[in-house]
Amino acid sequence: MADPIRWARYHWQHLVSAEGRDGTNSSSNSSDKCYQSTKTTGKHRIVIPCLGHFKEEYEKVSKLYMNNRIRTTKYTLLNFIPRNLFEQFHRAANLYFLFLVVLNWVPLVEAFQKEITMLPLVVVLTIIAVKDGLEDYSKYKLDKQINNLLTKVYSRKEKKYIDQCWKDVNVGDFIRLSCNEIIPADMVLLYSTDPDGICHIETAGLDGETNLKQRQVVRGFAEQVSEIDPEKFSSRIECESPNNDLSRFRGYVEHSNKERVGLSKENLLMRGCTIRNTEAVVGIVVYAGHETKAMLNNSGPRYKRSKLERRLNTDILWCVLLLILMCLIGALGHGLWLSSYSEMPFFNIPEPDGKSTPPALAGFYMFWTMIILLQVLIPISLYVSIEIVKLGQIYLIQNDIDFYHEKMDSTIQCRALNIAEDLGQIQYIFSDKTGTLTENKMVFRRCSIAGHEYCHEENTKRLESYQEADLEGEDLADALCSSLSLMPKQKEHSCRTANEPLNSKSSNQAAAGCSASEGEDGASDIPRSRHVAFSSPIETDVVPDTQLLEKFNQISFNSFEQSEETDREQSLETMYITDFFLALAICNTVVVSSPNQPRQKMRLAPLGRIPIKSLEEIKQMFQRLSVRRLSTSPLPSAKESSFSESSNTFVGKLSIFRVKLASPAAEVVTQMANVPQTADRQQSPKVPPPGEQDAVDVAAGSKTCDPGPYLEQCPITILHYEAESPDEAALVYAARAYKCTLQTRTPDQVTVDLGALGSLTFQLLHILPFDSVRKRMSVVVRHPLSNKVVIYTKGADSVIMDLCSVPTDVHSSKMKQKKIKARTQKHLDDYARRGLRTLCIAKRVMSDEEYAEWLNSHFLAETSIDNREELLLESATRLETKLTLLGATGIEDRLQEGVPDTIEALRKAGIKIWMLTGDKKETAVNIAYACRLLEPDDKVFTLKSQNKDACALLMNSILEAIQKSIDAKNSHCPKLASASPGTSTPPTEFSAGLVIDGKTLEYALHENLQNNFLELTEKCRAVVCCRATPLQKSEVVRLVRNNLKVMTLAVGDGANDVSMIQMADTGVGVSGQEGMQAYVNLLFWYQFFCGFSGTSMTDYWILIFFNLLFTSVPPIIYGILDKDVSAEVLMQLPQLYVTGQNSMAYSPLTFWITLLDAFYQSMVCFFVPYFAYCGSDIDIFSFGNPLNIAALFIILLHLLIESKTLTWIHVTVVVGSILFYFVFALTFGAACKTCNPPSNPYWIMQKHMTDPVFFLVCVLATCIALMPRYLFRVLQGTLFPSPILRAKHLDRLTPEEQREAIKQWKDVCVVAHRVDFQGTSLCSSSVEDAASEKRQHQHVRHVASA
Amino acid sequence: MTSKSREDAQHPPSRCPDNSAFKQQKLSAWQPELTPASVLSGFILIGVFCLTMGVCLILSARSVKEVQINYSDKCLNCSKLRENSSNWNTECLCSADFKLEEKIQGDVFMYYSLQNFYQNHRRYVMSRSNAQLLGRNTDIRNSNCAPFSTYRNGTPMAPCGAIANSMFNDTISLFYYTNLSTAIQVPLLKTGNSWWTDKYVKFHNPTSHNLTSAFAGTARPPYWQKPAYLLDEENERNNGYINDDFIIWMRVSAFHTFRNLHRRLSRTEQFADGLPAGNYTFHIFYNFPVSRFKGKKYLILSTVVWCGGSSLFLGIAYTVSGAVVMLAGFIITAIHLKLKKRKTYFQR
Repeated sequence: MADPIRWARYHWQHLVSAEGRDGTNSSSNSSDKCYQSTKTTGKHRIVIPCLGHFKEEYEKVSKLYMNNRIRTTKYTLLNFIPRNLFEQFHRAANLYFLFLVVLNWVPLVEAFQKEITMLPLVVVLTIIAVKDGLEDYSKYKLDKQINNLLTKVYSRKEKKYIDQCWKDVNVGDFIRLSCNEIIPADMVLLYSTDPDGICHIETAGLDGETNLKQRQVVRGFAEQVSEIDPEKFSSRIECESPNNDLSRFRGYVEHSNKERVGLSKENLLMRGCTIRNTEAVVGIVVYAGHETKAMLNNSGPRYKRSKLERRLNTDILWCVLLLILMCLIGALGHGLWLSSYSEMPFFNIPEPDGKSTPPALAGFYMFWTMIILLQVLIPISLYVSIEIVKLGQIYLIQNDIDFYHEKMDSTIQCRALNIAEDLGQIQYIFSDKTGTLTENKMVFRRCSIAGHEYCHEENTKRLESYQEADLEGEDLADALCSSLSLMPKQKEHSCRTANEPLNSKSSNQAAAGCSASEGEDGASDIPRSRHVAFSSPIETDVVPDTQLLEKFNQISFNSFEQSEETDREQSLETMYITDFFLALAICNTVVVSSPNQPRQKMRLAPLGRIPIKSLEEIKQMFQRLSVRRLSTSPLPSAKESSFSESSNTFVGKLSIFRVKLASPAAEVVTQMANVPQTADRQQSPKVPPPGEQDAVDVAAGSKTCDPGPYLEQCPITILHYEAESPDEAALVYAARAYKCTLQTRTPDQVTVDLGALGSLTFQLLHILPFDSVRKRMSVVVRHPLSNKVVIYTKGADSVIMDLCSVPTDVHSSKMKQKKIKARTQKHLDDYARRGLRTLCIAKRVMSDEEYAEWLNSHFLAETSIDNREELLLESATRLETKLTLLGATGIEDRLQEGVPDTIEALRKAGIKIWMLTGDKKETAVNIAYACRLLEPDDKVFTLKSQNKDACALLMNSILEAIQKSIDAKNSHCPKLASASPGTSTPPTEFSAGLVIDGKTLEYALHENLQNNFLELTEKCRAVVCCRATPLQKSEVVRLVRNNLKVMTLAVGDGANDVSMIQMADTGVGVSGQEGMQAYVNLLFWYQFFCGFSGTSMTDYWILIFFNLLFTSVPPIIYGILDKDVSAEVLMQLPQLYVTGQNSMAYSPLTFWITLLDAFYQSMVCFFVPYFAYCGSDIDIFSFGNPLNIAALFIILLHLLIESKTLTWIHVTVVVGSILFYFVFALTFGAACKTCNPPSNPYWIMQKHMTDPVFFLVCVLATCIALMPRYLFRVLQGTLFPSPILRAKHLDRLTPEEQREAIKQWKDVCVVAHRVDFQGTSLCSSSVEDAASEKRQHQHVRHVASA
Repeated sequence: MTSKSREDAQHPPSRCPDNSAFKQQKLSAWQPELTPASVLSGFILIGVFCLTMGVCLILSARSVKEVQINYSDKCLNCSKLRENSSNWNTECLCSADFKLEEKIQGDVFMYYSLQNFYQNHRRYVMSRSNAQLLGRNTDIRNSNCAPFSTYRNGTPMAPCGAIANSMFNDTISLFYYTNLSTAIQVPLLKTGNSWWTDKYVKFHNPTSHNLTSAFAGTARPPYWQKPAYLLDEENERNNGYINDDFIIWMRVSAFHTFRNLHRRLSRTEQFADGLPAGNYTFHIFYNFPVSRFKGKKYLILSTVVWCGGSSLFLGIAYTVSGAVVMLAGFIITAIHLKLKKRKTYFQR
């Protein structure tokens, strides 16, 4: 029933939102039109600048395109009422009530006054409408905020860039953006201040990846020296129609001379991204507003139907069936009753013409009358109650202090109202890796050079000290990083429906003030955190390994040329080390920038070095300060004693001094930035002028050796590296720690400051970028000293090892190389076991001839049009052979604090976890191990294939393998398995992990293979999807959710999400509503005694108010406040979560149990008064009164029985409800002489208040009605306590007792677990059985809401 | 940077939720734990209460004296006569004799009881005009009275509606045989039987200088033999809409078998203590037809006690539930004692 409605709703939303976007601006038209227009131009879009001679054509073409205004709201002021009503009437229950209202207007079947049936519907509709309105209004405000963001758009009138709102940006506009500004619309990059025509963007707002991406100015424009003049831009752009593919953009620029230049993804700046490291860019808008890739990728707020709501719908379906059954009984009964009279009795009123309706027809009418009469069986107020309960729960969640992030000053935000209650029932978690599981801080941990391992123990110590600092909360930079990771992202967030621009909003606002105001910008720390992306001290400050540093320093003092040429044993190693660090520094695509000057890339003219006066002063000061120690001791000893007491005091002094020092230095730099001519030649102060080299080296050396956070204040660390992936940056920082500092990087050259050797500038010949096929990257440089072509390669160990050939020239080195390889491999294995990301570093020296030959072929490959990719790949492969292995590195992507524990807890709670990540496979798997998603004993299957058929085959074989393993396990202990028959636990403890990559995932998600894939994944304990695109991620989630019919949770970034899930176990159900059914049944029972004539023995106002007022508040309060177990106990016993999760499995049963109970209660509630008053002179409405009161008591006391906690609020509400009812009934009974015919309640209540029989009846009915349930609860509570009850019991203990008890409990579980693992599922299964048996009862509450 | 964080510390963060008990869901709560002790005491208490109540109720109910005479059977000829509606105008007098073995002490109430008369039929219940009964001058054609609102010629019925139309109209008098031949009429009160609020608040005659003129322009309901203002010719204040018999009839009964209070014993002379034992006879002008709907008519003489009439249901129900609750309590005690030896059921 629910699905077609959802479908209709979805389509309607689409339709309406498409309509809604137009009409605000002349240039924005309905999407239908837009697509029509694109059809006429052959699925392409032509973009013409809105300037000059194109004007007419522009207007013709571009008016069909949307402008940049976005509207994510559903309603406008005008259409709110009709549309909201329309939406609301998609809810089956509302339609049903509308139908009832209409039905009641048919005179023949009319049961109540016409108006009265409308009341509940109107109330419900109003409440929901107000809620929807408020929700939409907040969206509207957000949209407005985004639409009114300012950006610089070229104005034809004023001939310059003027500030304009985002919403006024049109396709064809020229936009000029500065550093750190957010891109307002998809545009083609036409100019960048970067002389190489490069611009960096950060796409975190779009795909969640925090690394920088490079974009290139369109070919032909990059060569321009001055900024592009929009007036002179006479080309037209043709590109694809808007689509949601983030990784594709095709088109071309057609110049006025008909020359075409191709456009690719590399030229497109996408909405929502942020410009980084580039002073300014200019682009022309090609897609705007809802047609941008970002907006198209954001499929809009999906209507998330909560599980409870879904089940509610099925339960309501049952209720409808029940209702129909009851109405049929009524109709039939009435017909039979009528036909039993041979002539018309005078209590049966004839028609106006004096005849009576034939029994069959009367029965038919009666059917409809009964539907109206018994309408309350489908509790309309239930939806309202649930809605309100959710609001309350969300209020509590949002106010939970445990979700408060101190550093960010932010609390949890719930954006979708309707799924809060599902949190307690999550079965699958889909998690992103970077920033969610990990801190996304790559930390250099270990390296192995030339077969010798350097384990960097000092560095490890440093990291530990950071952890402490973390805890103390003093490390602001770290806080910033975590705040960064806390930013909501473009992912399926559990509690959000908001769209993408929301995320960029906050960052953009603050981003306006760029680097200069950075310091003052304390309130919004997000933009600041951008500057330090990948550069928190924890990542940047690598403490060098003592041994390695010693060795490395040796070469520094040696003549470099000498070591290059000789083959001596000792210098071979130093050569290796040097090369290793050079590779670390060079072999990457890192962008060098200074945080004080993010607009300006650090550039270095080959020769000219200007000594700066202030710099000299700085050095002199340094010398003066440090002369006491440093002049006497050589460098190594200084380092050795750096931990000594005296050194510490020295360092302390130095650090104080440096704080003072930092500002003039920064000033100098800024001053220089202001002079454009010198900017290019500008140099950071740490590059020493020749002649003063030694002194600075000494100073710098001592600084490098300083452990701890002082380092960051050191002028030498002014440089920041921003890389495409954080581990690249980590390697560069590691190299820097050894004074092999990457200083500048331009497309043609790289400058590395090699400690004592001074700066070396490498001519950059080629970069062979990383790709997932080769799994490696290489740079080809010309070594400035040897003048040879050197290739540095960095990549996954699996590939590099194979490519490392054994040099043929000298025998001894061959042996050596072999040995190195073996050793390195050993180290690599060790790193992998430690969960480190491993990389191999290799190099190759080429002769000029070889290089020239390769270059030739490479050029051919580059210029070829057909299968260019393959040729390039082949060319790269040809280059990357005969490598000499230098060493390997181990980098740690630090897990977020507590992640392994959380994951373990989640698994104990029976939740399956999938990790979906865009990372490469090795990384993903490493992290999976590190966060204990995969255990070392797990059998990990890798699903990777090149086409669909292979994928299918592979899946089948894996399935077989798993099955075999399971069988094997079973056959190991067949006795034990048979000894525990009927255990619900299959040997799931056989743990398999599945790793699948993005390409294969695409095949697996194909319709034919879906089921196979799901079957496979169900057997696996953990699934890791690597290299998955955002769209794929959401597809995976959808697939699992729809096909396995389970609760899923997708976690984007956010350190606190995990604990939220556990917290949610304090989750709540809505209960007590079945009392209403009982109440409705009362009416039904009465029909047996009134000839099935549809009489109501209750005043219908009371009937209606009964649901709306008297019995609605207590369930809501219970729904909001009830919790079974305290959060503290829950956190310690995640197993308890399983009970919530499995609510689904038992719900049909509980529903019927509840229904039976309601049936019983209604019978008691009716028949006790019936027999008590039978044959007496009681009138109809006096008879109804005790029924109402008894029903009220039954409902409220039922709640008391079912509720787990009672606070003063509960008591107040219950007592208040009862008092309210009495006051209402008394007032009503006193005030109303003639109202409400026929059920005039005048003085009935008053009369009853003095009648002992009335009270006796009420008490008796209440007691008998509640006795079975109470008895059941008593037996359950005392004899067979469920885990939840037992946990509840723990709450009552003193803290010491509690700790003891929890420990005991855990022990039992651990034992059970271990035993189970060995194959004896006896122990645990018995525990589980007992638990599961009780689960059904546990969730009566949930179903009670039906 | 560090100074910044210190600043932050000085200014308490604004968005931090209050650490109040309510918002943090840490309200001190009483968790109704179902421990054996609390449960058992509860059960015993409830059981004792119910048992006592039940015994009291049974005792009280048994003290009620009641005489019930089925006079639709005793007056078969009249019943037959009324079966044919064309004889509606024919008078039919019948008498029903009965004997009181012992005297009925105290206030004695006379009820008539109808069986299978579905006064609670939905459309029957609605067929009245409260406004008209309040004496207001309303247009009853808009009320629920149809089809008993007006005659064909447009004359409105007073009172209108099916309830009023079908009013019980047997005239009953009770005679006491002081000896075998002489019978004296037992004095019965016609008034004071209805709810006070009905008589003085909900029902009013139309205001006029006299009752006849007040009902001028209206006609009696079709089944009535005399107009509303002649319901009680002896007592002006028990006439028209405020006639007690009428008011009682208009309070429609909850079930298809019901009794309505008709008369009270006027405790004067030899009836000052109640009804003495002896022979009695009811003289009935049999007007109200019941055989058409397979109904029966009874006359009931009864006393009342604090807990209502002679029905034993409440007493028995209380006694039984009390017994069951006690039993459940004992069973739980037994189970608990047995389990207590195991002593592990909370820590297994």
